[in-house]
Amino acid sequence: MEREKVIEVKDLVKKFGTFTANDHLTFDVYRGEIFGFLGANGAGKTTAMRILCGLSRPTSGKVTVAGIDASHRPEEIKKRIGYMSQRFSLYEDLTVRENIELYGGIYGMNMKEIVPRREALLERLSFTAYGDTLIGALPLGLRQKLAFAVAVFHEPGIVFLDEPTSGVDPVTRRQFWEMIYETASRGITVFVTTHYMDEAEYCDRITIMSEGRIVALDTPSALLSQYGTSSVEELFVKIARPQKTSV
Amino acid sequence: MKRFMAFVRKEFLHIFRDFRTLIILFGLPAAQILIFGYAVRTDLQNAGIAVLDNARDEVSKELTQKIEASEFFNIRRQLSSYDEIDATFRQGKIKAIIIFPERMASDIAREGKATVGIIADGAEPNTASLVTGYLTGILSDYSATLTKDITPAMPLINPEVRMYFNPNLESHFMFVPGVITLILILICALMTSVTIVREKEFGTMEVLLVSPLKPWQIIVGKVTPYFFLSLVNIIVILLMAWFVFGLPVKGSVALLIAECMLYILLGLSIGIMVSASTSKMENAIFISFLALMLPSILLSGFIFPIENMPKIYDYVSMVLPPRWFVDVIRAIMIKGAGFSYVWKETVILACMTMFFMVISSRKFKTRLGKGK
Repeated sequence: MEREKVIEVKDLVKKFGTFTANDHLTFDVYRGEIFGFLGANGAGKTTAMRILCGLSRPTSGKVTVAGIDASHRPEEIKKRIGYMSQRFSLYEDLTVRENIELYGGIYGMNMKEIVPRREALLERLSFTAYGDTLIGALPLGLRQKLAFAVAVFHEPGIVFLDEPTSGVDPVTRRQFWEMIYETASRGITVFVTTHYMDEAEYCDRITIMSEGRIVALDTPSALLSQYGTSSVEELFVKIARPQKTSV
Repeated sequence: MKRFMAFVRKEFLHIFRDFRTLIILFGLPAAQILIFGYAVRTDLQNAGIAVLDNARDEVSKELTQKIEASEFFNIRRQLSSYDEIDATFRQGKIKAIIIFPERMASDIAREGKATVGIIADGAEPNTASLVTGYLTGILSDYSATLTKDITPAMPLINPEVRMYFNPNLESHFMFVPGVITLILILICALMTSVTIVREKEFGTMEVLLVSPLKPWQIIVGKVTPYFFLSLVNIIVILLMAWFVFGLPVKGSVALLIAECMLYILLGLSIGIMVSASTSKMENAIFISFLALMLPSILLSGFIFPIENMPKIYDYVSMVLPPRWFVDVIRAIMIKGAGFSYVWKETVILACMTMFFMVISSRKFKTRLGKGK
């Protein structure tokens, strides 16, 4: 079956001086997919993600995000994606509504578009009562959910989540993943990095990076049976921290 | 533009929602004006004086009246013996004691001179020198009239000291330009650097950078509110100077505002530069305060005249923007000078602005582009 590719990466190389952060990465991400990006710190996943988001440019190779070439028009990519970082991205001294207006505005929406969509969103999240509450007064779980809702508020083709659930309690993480599923079912591609291995199993496909290279890429269940492990955690330990000689 | 406006709106919300920021923005300038205007005055008003009149003749009485009549002094006590001097000073209310010698009038009549003792409270050196200066002035004034009466033919050297722009040596003429300089550096450099660094520290900068906003839009958007609020502040300060202290702008208000705008830009670019070099708010505050505020206060000639400093400080102060700006504002506000008098300083300030803008935009690019 031929699905629409929203991210195409071919032979991506990123070097900082003599250090190679990304060593010939090649992968595709399809529309509506939840794509997990795993790797230890320093494995190169942040570097790759920054290139995909249009924040930095590849040294060589071809990267296309939402049909845009990342080497030549990274600014165009920024208009078509959503982004949520592990660090909290909403302004605590603004209210829920003001935060939504701000991000809607930054992504080029005018108030006529923002207001109805904002109210619908608050309704859907049962947040209406909190609409004029300062973000700083909300509990962390609610903030994180709202941050995700804001990241996809402008209906981007792809949303990048950089360790979105770090520091969140299990119940909220569960709810958070329900939101991710719901988003993906609307056709928004979700590209997520995480270091919770149990979360990796929620993804449609996962990529495991080690020392700048991709060492595994498939659906979680295929990888588990391929390597004969019972959990992604085990799998990760097995292949992501190999001796220099392997793979 | 739509994106940019949404961003600027958020910046204003930040400012108006943060009580502390508002205090610094609007409370501080007003407080500074009032403090410098009323409390930290370097001119005299109703300084407490005690008189030890050993003469009790017409000359000493007349002099006492003259001193009392001046607005500078207020005679609080009449002493009757030298023994009281120590205790009087210890109470702290009396800034100086004036001692008239015995047989003062007859001495003057016979020998043509008499010596009046002035003892000032050296614990406050500034006040002490002012007090003695003013008292000496009154005495020589009086002796001049005496000399005329007694020996009109005798030529008398009578130094006449006169201040050209500030005849009453009123200190608030001097401090208003200083406060403007200080406030602008504070708001522009300190507050913008802090607000930019805050985005970095909270991680929101990352999200902004991934957004379609261009880096220059983020920076310009962050400093725009401070530009306008600084202008508002200047106007408030000028109005206060005018209505509270009766100090109008002698020169062109338009020129003054234009120079202030230039200086605001300068401050903002310094603030951006500071914010580009650190990602911790404490550092930003520390750098701004130590590198900008203190030199501005100490070396700009605002409080301590540069002419009185060792030459080396003079050279050091030349690289400090406030020094030139204080000169510009003083010239326009107090002397009523036009652009032809301040063009040199203006060019220097403009060059400094360009310099900092280039540096800070370079720094920002490398920071945001390549850094992790």
